[in-house]
Amino acid sequence: MDGVKHYDAIVIGAGPAGLTAGIYLSRARLKTLLLDSGTVGGQMVLTHEIANYPGVESMSGYQLASIMRKQAKGFGCDIKSNIVIESMQLEGELKQVTLSGGMVFTAHAVILTPGGRSRTLGVKGEGRFKGRGISYCATCDGDFFTDKEIVVVGGGNSALEEAVSLTKYASKVTVVHQFDHFQAFEHAVEEARSNPKISFMMQSAIVAFNGEEKLESVDIKNLNSGEISKFATDGVFIFIGYVPNTEFLQGVLDLNQWGEIIVKPDMSTSLEGVYAAGDSIVKRYRQVTTAVGDGTIAALAASGFLHEQKTRKRQPELV
Amino acid sequence: MLYTNLKHIESAAEHAKIINENENVMVICGRMGPMCIPVYGIAEELEEEYPHVKFYDMEFDHPEAHVIRNLPEVRGFMGIPFTIYYKNGKVVKATSSIQSRQQITAIIDEHFAQPVNA
Repeated sequence: MDGVKHYDAIVIGAGPAGLTAGIYLSRARLKTLLLDSGTVGGQMVLTHEIANYPGVESMSGYQLASIMRKQAKGFGCDIKSNIVIESMQLEGELKQVTLSGGMVFTAHAVILTPGGRSRTLGVKGEGRFKGRGISYCATCDGDFFTDKEIVVVGGGNSALEEAVSLTKYASKVTVVHQFDHFQAFEHAVEEARSNPKISFMMQSAIVAFNGEEKLESVDIKNLNSGEISKFATDGVFIFIGYVPNTEFLQGVLDLNQWGEIIVKPDMSTSLEGVYAAGDSIVKRYRQVTTAVGDGTIAALAASGFLHEQKTRKRQPELV
Repeated sequence: MLYTNLKHIESAAEHAKIINENENVMVICGRMGPMCIPVYGIAEELEEEYPHVKFYDMEFDHPEAHVIRNLPEVRGFMGIPFTIYYKNGKVVKATSSIQSRQQITAIIDEHFAQPVNA
């Protein structure tokens, strides 16, 4: 095929899982391409401080991602970020990935590490007020809300920990949560409950964001009574977990009901030669360290698969 | 100073000089934070692709960044980075918070279209 570049392996997604896979594959002298639709580093880049990565006392996610990228490139891994994948063919022996600019890449093994993204509420006005009162990052935008009254949506560790951290700036924080209990660890719940600046609105959900130039109020529905009331606020911080970036894999390979990729212990998927790792697979704990572990396993399994495939081709057929 | 690979603006005077001496300028005013880093990364990649556009960053917390923070176009912005697009010294577009490559290139293509020689 003209204009087609062939690799031994293509890794889709350059978060910690993808970068680790890229490092291992390239180090094994396999010609490897790493593609990412966003910034190299994935959600790791969105972390201000990583303090529980063994061997690294404390480092920003951006710095750790930069080192991993340098390491992968140092071993010869080709990396392309901010690309748009137009189509992907994962079935059969030769996999093919086509980018929006028309570039076509083929490989015998593919590792999927598309990661996840912050879940949005998906209600009226959310897109319009992003950066104008709605935020998904307390450390980035907290100081815009100094002496203002704000809302935090969610009931997990992130929501309650960020609610506490936002009290450094805000005069009042109201936590809006859809259930009558929190999913966060007890210590996080206790810390939030004991903070005099924080109040709670349980079994409630935001159903609309209102304002002109910037956010001015939200409509909150009481999930028990169904009653909707207007609640004046200057800002809303949303921490309601993550969704896997696997929409493009629907109907292509086996996903569970939440869209997570189903993998075997060696990170192989329901398609031969296709592996998956990181936040987009079915698993309980989503950490940089677990993503790195997954990426390692996927790369080693893919390397083994490629070696086996080459060996099989060299064997004469038995009659 | 931000530790990106972009060119940095460090004073209001420098900012004025840059936007007045260049036809198309994009300035990303932020911190080394989660919503800003992806935007710097995209700008770094676009430098080669859009040679007729000058890409810069400016530290949000630098006192001299008042030239960005006080623009009427950013009134109502409550999320960093503030990204400002200047054509012949005038603001033609401003965005708040994280943006995708497609969102950024759509703005550049609309406002900074490359001149076509007839």
